[in-house]
Amino acid sequence: MTLKIVASQCTSCSACEAECPNVAIYEKNGTFVINPKKCTECIGHFDKPQCAEVCPVDNTCIIDESYPRYQAAV
Amino acid sequence: MDAATGREELGGGGGPVNLDAVMQQVAEHKGCGTQGGSGKASCGSGAGQGDLPTDIWEKVKNHPCYSEEAHHHYARMHVAVAPACNIQCNYCNRKYDCANESRPGVVSEKLTPEQAAKKVLAVASTIPQMTVLGIAGPGDPLANPEKTFKTFELIAKSAPDIKLCLSTNGLALPDHVDTIAGFNVDHVTITINMVDPEIGAKIYPWVYWKHKRYTGVEAAKLLTDRQLQGLEMLTERGILCKVNSVMIPGVNDQHLVEVNKAVKSRGAFLHNIMPLISAPEHGTVFGLTGQRGPSAQELKALQDSCEGEMNMMRHCRQCRADAVGLLGEDRSAEFTTDKIMEMEVNYDLESRKAYQEMVEKERQDKVAAKQEELETLAGIASDIKLLVAVATKGSGLINEHFGHAKEFQVYELSTSGAKFVGHRRVDLYCQGGYGDEDSLETVIRAINDCHAVFVAKIGGCPKNDLLTAGIDPVDQFAHEFIEKSAITWFKTYLEKVNTGEIEHYERGDAEIRQGALIAAQ
Repeated sequence: MTLKIVASQCTSCSACEAECPNVAIYEKNGTFVINPKKCTECIGHFDKPQCAEVCPVDNTCIIDESYPRYQAAV
Repeated sequence: MDAATGREELGGGGGPVNLDAVMQQVAEHKGCGTQGGSGKASCGSGAGQGDLPTDIWEKVKNHPCYSEEAHHHYARMHVAVAPACNIQCNYCNRKYDCANESRPGVVSEKLTPEQAAKKVLAVASTIPQMTVLGIAGPGDPLANPEKTFKTFELIAKSAPDIKLCLSTNGLALPDHVDTIAGFNVDHVTITINMVDPEIGAKIYPWVYWKHKRYTGVEAAKLLTDRQLQGLEMLTERGILCKVNSVMIPGVNDQHLVEVNKAVKSRGAFLHNIMPLISAPEHGTVFGLTGQRGPSAQELKALQDSCEGEMNMMRHCRQCRADAVGLLGEDRSAEFTTDKIMEMEVNYDLESRKAYQEMVEKERQDKVAAKQEELETLAGIASDIKLLVAVATKGSGLINEHFGHAKEFQVYELSTSGAKFVGHRRVDLYCQGGYGDEDSLETVIRAINDCHAVFVAKIGGCPKNDLLTAGIDPVDQFAHEFIEKSAITWFKTYLEKVNTGEIEHYERGDAEIRQGALIAAQ
């Protein structure tokens, strides 16, 4: 799994972009998106995913179930 | 160039500034003295220097956001380069941003530092009285330090006469104080709503600090410690600090007196207590839980009770983070990114200076006129204090038609003179040349605590309705100076009370219109 940003919720404030330790977040069509290939759910970096911690709108940075758990690959 | 701002280092020429001397004066300044009473017209953000040290007065006298008198003559602009925030406030909703919506923290366009610098040059070339550039969000400028400081760097290079300022929640402030000092930032505003974490927990659901989200009392404790530390660090370096507080009835309204003491003792030179904006349609936590904002008289009473402690700011209009122009006369619509990028910019320092000298002359005439009239009040003894509203387009004149007024300035009159105590925004009464009955009611509600309203012109119908509501419509001072005219009117009022022609009575309360200031319809 990785995290994904719910586009309809994103205010495009850019707070997550600067906090992502993997530089996985970028702006696309007016909102921010997470590159699933780069997202590590912040495992190994921080206790909690930084995008979700800093996001001003609850339930915007959420787990994307369509990807396998990052930890499994570790 | 203003010697006291220390901007010479960036502008080239001029000597270094003795920060210690400024600091000493900040330390010595203990707010408004008590000897003059809280109604002192020259106090704080009033028209005169009052007991402000000269160096500080030099810094603030032409700053539209600090001096309610200067805002008639000078303009400021905000650039929205800082969209990210590191805390969540219950009066803020970052999710909602639509064209018809307006309040602090909400903007329609975010700018890159390069776009922002171009915008500043374009505006300053078009509006020669534009002297101040602020970065105030829509997030927190210090949660976006690269964008904020890059913007300052570009502007300092191309428009060295423009004063820089920024507004922050203070969480990241201690980390950036040296950079702020390095850019010769003229003044910093910190929003401090509490110094008691228990109260803070009711205002801030979380703060994000050092890669962790903190909640509850722990979050509020962290925030207040960082805010006060940042404030101390700034004032130690001689950087002027204003403190903004949002008045939330039942949450921090009484507590703001404590906040006032705490920030004053740490060297803040001005305190701006603003009413909570909490309309349900804004979707903020406070809006949704039905937390009300204060009434006009509740706000005034709190400001009055803090006034003995330090200078109070009274003319804040809670501008948007992308406001442009004179306070009360937003021109941001003229400077959208599309328009700016097409503009030919010719930044002419000399013509800006010449224009500003003309403005200074106009200001001095106004002060002289007020002084002259004030002298005629000498010797009249009366305890009567009352409020009057004024329709003005600026320059300190009664020069607005009642029906065209988007806001009224409110002055408190007493035998010590006319003192500005605030403004009341209203919906336009006159739209397309005819009066609208419903909006007249809202105008009356907004100035219901006033005894009179001074206008350049007013129609027959609203005149009668105002009289019925007990508010005297005064149009005999059209295009004259506000304070001089108000004092003249007040003298006549006192004479009529003395002769028994009229009876003085207290007026009721008034309503504060929700929402930040935008360009009018």
